[in-house]
Amino acid sequence: MQGVMFIVLALVTLFSALMVITRKDPVSSILYLVLTFFCFAGFYVLLGAQFLAAVQIIVYAGAIAVLFLFVVMMLNLREPEAEEGKELIPIWKPLGYAVGIGVGIVFLSYLASSPGPAIPPLNGGDEIYAMGRADFLGKALFTDFILPFEIAGVLLLAAVLGAVALAKKKRV
Amino acid sequence: MLDLSIVMSMAFLVEKSIVTVFIFIVVLAVVAYATLGERKIAGYLQDRHGPNRAGIGKHKLWGILQPIADGTKFFMKEDIIPDKANKILFVLAPTFTFCAAGFIMAAIPFGDRITIFGREVLLQIADINLGILYILAIGSLGVYGIAMGGWASNNKYSLMGGLRTVSQMISYEIVMGLALVALMIDHGTPALRQIVIQQSGPIWHWSVFSHPLGFLLFYISVFAECSRMPFDLPEAENELVAGYHTEYSSMKFGLFQFGEYTHMTLASCFIATLYFGGWTIPWVAVPENPGLIWGIISFGVLWIKALFFLFVFMWVRWTLPRFRYDQLLYLGWKKLIPLAIFNIFLTAGLILLFQKFGIAG
Amino acid sequence: MTPNDFLPVLITFFVVGGFAGITLIATHILGPKRYSKEKHDIYECGLDYIGDSRKPFSVKFYLVAVLFVIFDLEVVFMYPWAVNFRHLGLFGFVSMGIFLVILTVGLLYEWKKGALEWE
Repeated sequence: MQGVMFIVLALVTLFSALMVITRKDPVSSILYLVLTFFCFAGFYVLLGAQFLAAVQIIVYAGAIAVLFLFVVMMLNLREPEAEEGKELIPIWKPLGYAVGIGVGIVFLSYLASSPGPAIPPLNGGDEIYAMGRADFLGKALFTDFILPFEIAGVLLLAAVLGAVALAKKKRV
Repeated sequence: MLDLSIVMSMAFLVEKSIVTVFIFIVVLAVVAYATLGERKIAGYLQDRHGPNRAGIGKHKLWGILQPIADGTKFFMKEDIIPDKANKILFVLAPTFTFCAAGFIMAAIPFGDRITIFGREVLLQIADINLGILYILAIGSLGVYGIAMGGWASNNKYSLMGGLRTVSQMISYEIVMGLALVALMIDHGTPALRQIVIQQSGPIWHWSVFSHPLGFLLFYISVFAECSRMPFDLPEAENELVAGYHTEYSSMKFGLFQFGEYTHMTLASCFIATLYFGGWTIPWVAVPENPGLIWGIISFGVLWIKALFFLFVFMWVRWTLPRFRYDQLLYLGWKKLIPLAIFNIFLTAGLILLFQKFGIAG
Repeated sequence: MTPNDFLPVLITFFVVGGFAGITLIATHILGPKRYSKEKHDIYECGLDYIGDSRKPFSVKFYLVAVLFVIFDLEVVFMYPWAVNFRHLGLFGFVSMGIFLVILTVGLLYEWKKGALEWE
């Protein structure tokens, strides 16, 4: 059952991720991105990380993609005119292919050396899946990882300051 | 020989499908009659009758068939997609709005276990451990339907309405999240069934008595999330015609409307579950072996509580005037968010004190 | 709690989504279709529409979205804390206190800078 679910999810994810980068219309692109994020949440559920699945949707699909949507809508992008044959700098295209192939090789070599998918067994008992619950995560976060947690707070503060500074700059 | 586990999981799937369809039909029926109820309540509050013609034959029966008439009319209207609109997104937007509202129902505990044909069935679609977080996650997706509708229509009013709604919903989502953090501190779990069971017993076990401020914050943010009256700026008709659904007609408009009422109905169930004991009855203990009768009673109890909040939604709509847009954001960011943070500290501090002095909080 | 417990959620997705889809298809088939230029134009209070709605809008909306992302992250950090609060006790209270003080500084800063003003 989980194997089937994984394959279906993987296909949907690949399809929507491809659509994100091939759509001409940026708003559709973002909606496919939301679908991709949603599929990621599905993967988290399959891996037993339920809390991460919820966070994935709340933060990525519910917040960050909204921000993207605003930016795209604000950039005044109408139905894009065909701009084929108008290369910016001729080096970009080969460079892009080279980077793509390089990253692909790295991933494939990693996959070849890894011991296989880490999906916990369906009848593996509740202990494995309980690890992904909010309370287990919280226990780890507030005992062993308390310093990174507080530093994350400072990081968020920096983000607030940056956002305000950027958005308020233009005002007289 | 059949594998027993496959048979088990098939039975589980069938059972859950039946429960899902049953609950969905009940929700749809309540939503359909909520549209009639709203107009009736508006009528009585304004000293008039409201719709009272669509009855059976000679008997008007307070317009009991009005929702069916409305639905039929929606279906028979022309399905207009403006020439300048983005066709795909224009069609997707109402679907998305309705779905985001309807998905909420998966986590809400509509009742206790019920025994039918010797099988114990839980009157909750998915008793997932995430509960509250699932509903927050799905609720945060509701923004897209409206943003899509506003943008795809290619109409200035729609775009403004869509933008306003998105800003409003995301601002109040934070208030809602913070209010629920305080609740989770107390209950120690995001699982809704456990939260309900913890509230059984005497009436003062209801969370509303231990979290009055949190309840108020949560309730206000629910109004904003559903874009209901004091916060219905997206549809401020004197400024924006009809906001993000200006260009919509036929059942596409109907789905937006239906989505709004579904959102309201399920939000009412959610409020009843979180703060008013859900399907439990005050002073009545949850039985160990619930039978058919108890299952039906618990289902009914939740709906009675939910219908009350649904009524309050409508009552408020026809009583209060609308906020101005800047006032709405001021209220959210400058009043409610600081208040919600204070509420978290208050709750946490009180629980610490109770723990210290050995009083069960 | 295994992934199987989430199957009913998937069923809900199909039931609700299916209902919405069937409704839209039905209304498309049942309704009349009479094309006319005026009817399929964009509504602008009955006048001919001017320009395009794909216009840049106030940076304010964008600022609200940015602040929302940051505060949403903050709230997400609080869920695992809230669920465990009774076990963490005073230590949890103090650590979340520090976290929240840091973030309240941010809120105060944007307040004083006037980022919450909507003029």
